[in-house]
Amino acid sequence: MQTRIFLLIAIAAAAVVFFAARWVGNDYVFFAGYTVLQFIVLATAWNILGGYTGYVNFGSAAFFAMGAYSTVFFHKFFQMPIPVLIVIGGVVSGVVGLGMGYLTLRLRGAFFAIATLALAVVLQTLVVNWDYVGGSRGAYIIRPAEIAWLGPYIQYLFLLMLALVVISLAIARGIERSQLGYGFATIRDDELAAEASGVPTLKLKLIATTISGALMGMAGAPFPYYIGYLQPSSAFGLEYAVNSIAMPMIGGTTSWVGPLIGAILLGSLQQLATVTISSAVNLLIVGLLLVGFVIIAPNGIVGLVQSWIRRSTK
Amino acid sequence: MPLLEVTGLSKRFGGFVALDGIDLAVAEGERVGLIGPNGSGKSTLVNCICGTLANETGTVRFAGQAVDGLLTHERTRRGMARSFQLPRPFATLTVAENLRVPLLYTVNARPGTRLAAADLDARCDELLALVALAGKARQLPRDLTQVEMRKLELARAMAAEPKLLIADESMAGLSQSEVDDIVNLLIQLNERGITIILIEHIMRAVMKFSQRLVVLVSGKKIADGRPDEVIRDPEVEKAYLGQ
Repeated sequence: MQTRIFLLIAIAAAAVVFFAARWVGNDYVFFAGYTVLQFIVLATAWNILGGYTGYVNFGSAAFFAMGAYSTVFFHKFFQMPIPVLIVIGGVVSGVVGLGMGYLTLRLRGAFFAIATLALAVVLQTLVVNWDYVGGSRGAYIIRPAEIAWLGPYIQYLFLLMLALVVISLAIARGIERSQLGYGFATIRDDELAAEASGVPTLKLKLIATTISGALMGMAGAPFPYYIGYLQPSSAFGLEYAVNSIAMPMIGGTTSWVGPLIGAILLGSLQQLATVTISSAVNLLIVGLLLVGFVIIAPNGIVGLVQSWIRRSTK
Repeated sequence: MPLLEVTGLSKRFGGFVALDGIDLAVAEGERVGLIGPNGSGKSTLVNCICGTLANETGTVRFAGQAVDGLLTHERTRRGMARSFQLPRPFATLTVAENLRVPLLYTVNARPGTRLAAADLDARCDELLALVALAGKARQLPRDLTQVEMRKLELARAMAAEPKLLIADESMAGLSQSEVDDIVNLLIQLNERGITIILIEHIMRAVMKFSQRLVVLVSGKKIADGRPDEVIRDPEVEKAYLGQ
């Protein structure tokens, strides 16, 4: 399938989602849906580094928060439309990703994961002590109630996140089918053999951390407008780090479909649990599902379906 | 001018001297066997030549240029390829895709070459036919037998269109007929103009293959010359058989 056709289908699907949500006619659908969409972007972004190249990033929350805080910073500095802020958030987190790559990619396996975790702690400490963006008090962003051509502001945010979903899925799918995708896969499989086959592993890993970080930052940039009051503990929340790992793992890490399925499934389940049981039960659900999948289906839902197809064709 | 010229190369791991002032020159088109007891530094030498390890002293010159400080992939692009002692295929890629990687990242990265998609497929098929793996193109490496895995390893090194191929123990654990298979394959590749260094323990294979034999013992080169003379060398006999 051509990339252009994929994009058309993705945009059409996004339009269907948007109009279906409008058809329901309840703003809560947009509030809940926004969160799910945001997790699709985060999971897809995580998977570009974690799934394709095999480098497990525990610091997703830091990249997300960098995007959110760049919005807070520039919002105070100069009023700008959100799409511009999304681009800025992407650049900021992309640069952080590149920097992290330079510092940590000589580390492998668990050591890399620990380093990303440390990065999140360091950045959170910096933000907590930076008064201009609110420090530990947090920062308010008053969002307009409505946007003229669309209606309630939350619908605008939903639409933006929907666009980000389409963009990130197109990027992930594009990588998978390109030379870059092969290169990433060789890094995941065997770095030494990859180098011996001419793959510039360090450069490719830096590309992966940059793209992955940038997409996470883009997902975080509209967040202050969504939440209205941003504090370090919510932007650097554990749920972002955990979900961006759990969702691709549950969906399947080898293809762009995996994070999409995982995020929709887990994200919706969490929203449901928040409303029906309590918001505290979220992480418990994630934890239990993750344990279950790691044991029963280590290659996620996509892997399960693939092996099922392979068995039925044999 | 030799294709590969190693001068005064030393490598130590902590207090252990793995290689001690190795000099080695390999001419273009040559078939060189490299032997030595376990732990004599053969693989370390390969790793230093290919850039996987950095040598402390000495230089490696390839095709007239010093390659010290270049990363492995840069050396591969200049025409140095290797196979690994234990096959290291890309486990999640199919056999054909395994060969695609060096075609994309090495052959296409050289100035002046740009293979189109159809050419890439043709090259893969050609290489697979060369190592008799044509029927397995769409399988994953884990479905291959040991000897097929070794052939894939060689084919992947070959896909990079090297000037120099270093085959690190590509026959360990194979049966006699399989060993002959691989030796014939290597000789066939050499006839196409590729310089080959073979590291091997199986003497029958080494003697059949090599035009020149180099012997390493505890990080030192103790012999270098015609195979039939080298194996009669008293120093070599002592290293292999003891006093």
